[in-house]
Amino acid sequence: MSSQTNITPTTFSLYDQTFSSRIFLGTSRYPSPQILVQALQIAQPAMITASLRRQGANPEPISSGFWEIIKDLKIPILPNTAGCHRPEEVMQIAHMSREVFATDWIKLELIGDDYTLQPDTIQLVPTAQQLIREGFKVLPYCTEDLVVCQRLVDVGCQAIMPWAAPIGTGKGPNNPYALQVLRERLQVPMIIDAGLGKPSHACQVMEWGYDAVLLNTAVALARHPVRMAEAFAQAVLAGRNAFEAGPMNEHHQAKASTPTLGTPFWHQAESSK
Amino acid sequence: MQILINQVATELSTLSNAITLSEILIQVNPTPPFAIAKNGVFIPKKDYPQTAIIDQDQLEIISPVTGG
Repeated sequence: MSSQTNITPTTFSLYDQTFSSRIFLGTSRYPSPQILVQALQIAQPAMITASLRRQGANPEPISSGFWEIIKDLKIPILPNTAGCHRPEEVMQIAHMSREVFATDWIKLELIGDDYTLQPDTIQLVPTAQQLIREGFKVLPYCTEDLVVCQRLVDVGCQAIMPWAAPIGTGKGPNNPYALQVLRERLQVPMIIDAGLGKPSHACQVMEWGYDAVLLNTAVALARHPVRMAEAFAQAVLAGRNAFEAGPMNEHHQAKASTPTLGTPFWHQAESSK
Repeated sequence: MQILINQVATELSTLSNAITLSEILIQVNPTPPFAIAKNGVFIPKKDYPQTAIIDQDQLEIISPVTGG
């Protein structure tokens, strides 16, 4: 008997909003605006991240006319607070983002260490709480620390975004045990944000039950970013399907898949002696 | 009157000691969309006409860029 569900593998909800994709994409470091657009079109992300900087200060070729390119795609924007080291900076950037992008969504990035770009987990929780009080839909970039993640949920975060590894490293899940325990312990939607390098990394975390992944560098710096965007989209879907299908239990002893009974020539060698 | 706009010293033509943010934007003409902070504090668009800018104030005019 097959079980029926109303939820298709790609349906995903955050803060009561349903998304038709489980992949989120960053928009930085692509070789050209055209390649960015093609990557977004093929991956069909739930949201795309964007940031705010002083006018004319961004050296990337894509920054010129970035908004005109992005707004025409009609993909929801997830503004980030990248580069913020103090809660006060986060609050200012969040409010400016709300006005510029006309959205309450905010990817909370509060950096505590410049070498690893590790979030400031001490200040992260009160900052998330303040943002929520001011009406933002907060997606906090955090580590895999279970207690910090629990505290983020306690103050009202309806989803969290633990890293797999430091931003831009492409190392894949650095701490598989902690990430799996985190998934088992917390019930809110969780998006793996940062550190994924290959589609197999994305598939792995999706098999563990993570709800989505957020990528940038792994796609943008691939030799063929558009094909890599497609590969990640397929891997995310495969991982989610595998999680929902329920993998088999692992065994130590081999067990033949093909039935043994009726095997031709069974024991004939011994009987002909 | 001189103010800092995105850390660049900018001379403004005004006869008084104060000028509103709305008046400054007519002179500076930034490319939309943008948001503004005065001396590190976000100023909502609706407050531009009432926001006084004086000599040596610092404005940040920021716009969308790529992000991860």
